[in-house]
Amino acid sequence: MEKIVKGKAFVYGANIDTDQIYPGRFLDLTDPKDVGKHAMEGADPGFRQEFKPGDIIVASTNFGCGSSREHAAVTLKAVGVGVVLADSFGRIFYRNAINLGIPLVVCCGIANHVKKNDILTVDITGGKVINETTGVTHESQALTGYAMNILENGGIKSLIKSQYGQ
Amino acid sequence: MMHAIEKILAKAAGLVSITAGEIINCKVDLAGINDLYLQTIRSFYEMGGKRVHDPKKLVVFLDHYAPASTIAQADNQKQFREFCWNQGIDLLMDIDQGVCHQIIADKGLAHPGMVVVVTDSHTTTHGAFGAFGTGVGATDLAIIMMTGQLWFRVPEIIRINLEGKIPKGIYAKDIILDVIGKVGADFAVYKGVEIAGSVLKELSIADRMTICNMTTEMGAKTCYIQPDEITFSYLREKAIDNYEIFTTDSDFQYAADLTFDVSDLKPQIAAPHSVDNVSSIAEFIGTPINQAYLGSCTNGRVEDLAIAATILKGKKIHSRTRFIIVPASKNVLLEAINKGYVQTLIEAGATFVTPGCASCLGTHEGLLASGETCITATNRNFPGRMGSTKANIYLASPAAVAAAALEGKIVDPSGYLD
Ligand code: SF4
Repeated sequence: MEKIVKGKAFVYGANIDTDQIYPGRFLDLTDPKDVGKHAMEGADPGFRQEFKPGDIIVASTNFGCGSSREHAAVTLKAVGVGVVLADSFGRIFYRNAINLGIPLVVCCGIANHVKKNDILTVDITGGKVINETTGVTHESQALTGYAMNILENGGIKSLIKSQYGQ
Repeated sequence: MMHAIEKILAKAAGLVSITAGEIINCKVDLAGINDLYLQTIRSFYEMGGKRVHDPKKLVVFLDHYAPASTIAQADNQKQFREFCWNQGIDLLMDIDQGVCHQIIADKGLAHPGMVVVVTDSHTTTHGAFGAFGTGVGATDLAIIMMTGQLWFRVPEIIRINLEGKIPKGIYAKDIILDVIGKVGADFAVYKGVEIAGSVLKELSIADRMTICNMTTEMGAKTCYIQPDEITFSYLREKAIDNYEIFTTDSDFQYAADLTFDVSDLKPQIAAPHSVDNVSSIAEFIGTPINQAYLGSCTNGRVEDLAIAATILKGKKIHSRTRFIIVPASKNVLLEAINKGYVQTLIEAGATFVTPGCASCLGTHEGLLASGETCITATNRNFPGRMGSTKANIYLASPAAVAAAALEGKIVDPSGYLD
């Protein structure tokens, strides 16, 4: 996993729920390639055209609230999200994303200080977000502990596979 | 000083004491998989799984797509059935059964003191039975299939005390909408919520399920109601006697302790597009309604259909409104037939849909068109939740839904129940 991520910011507000990240009507798709085609479709229909692998999602509170659908994490993984920065995350989304190896970093108030297309450098373990466009540095929570352990192992599947795989 | 929730988790982890923030590995007593989550089976095989750890503790629900309306859905369900047959999972709840949480209630699968994990965010519902219930995603559930266990961060616990006397014409849904509106949609993220207070003695198991279910909409990881006489009589009725009751130590420190007086509560409504956008229904009276919807794990129980039948008996719904009713389970449907509610409601102009999730999550059976407005007894009004992202969804009690179906617009339901 990259500990330093640099990419373009896509900025959203509070309570971006999993229906907006991945609309319910596409839940019968199961191939990650197909799931990736509808990323953020409910919140931002232009997202898929503009977003490049390694780019960064920035939001305010409770990003990923709502349903337990893993599709919301799968779709962001499929489009290659570098990191998601938010004030807080929906609980199940948090587990799903970390399990799949997507870094989620808590950075309070960040959505107020970043505009769409600003270039950010995020130090995931160092707890720092540099807005290269404005030159301002923001403090974030460093990812540590069990969540970091999962990310460093490339997601929970490889972790469990090495421990339990038959 | 431990909370009952902590004691449940500690026992499941084989530990004597635990504290909030700690990461622990818990044995799971019941794990449920829904038909949206074929990824569960995929993750199981991707992690090198061959045989599930304990087929008796697994239950598969074909509920969100019951019955399948696309070939892809049919194919997903087919793979689930084959997985159950191959793995010896007897608790396959096929498309005739209904919504996962109501099936768990009907069949008495959740008991006090159990750890219940389902691939569904509303698993908080089972706090109504004194269980620790929480939702997870597909890969987490696959880990339980492989190991019988899952890691949890021990949550801080918030207590919500409901005090006063419930006024006539006010329902569990009004009570919990009022609370969510006041505390906000992210108030309890990562936290456990205990519902307490003197109002509990007025709340049936169905009411408690509605309240515990909706704590998901304030972000709660789990919800808990200390088992009491009402719980015990439900357990007796289901002939359940193998459970353990845990109680909270008197000196336990809650992360927050809030009290809400329900005595002056008016009917509530959550306006588009978030569950915490709550106000008194009075503010929206007259809003034209294209579709009224009664159903879901929140309010699709026989008690809810009874309210609608009372309001609509001998009447006809408004000619410009459609009224979709989805009983939460086969048991609910059968009981509603026996009690005559189905006949009453169909005669009034309601459209019945087979038990399941239906358009609660916007996949099939009653979707909304762009520009349409729906009043629903379900739990979410996010953009696009029930169809077009340009539709407007209002959340309210079953009484408010039925009264709106009758009038073709939002009304105060209080006057319709006499
Ligand atoms: S009824 Fe609605 S909220 Fe309940 S499990 Fe089904 S989709 Fe989810």
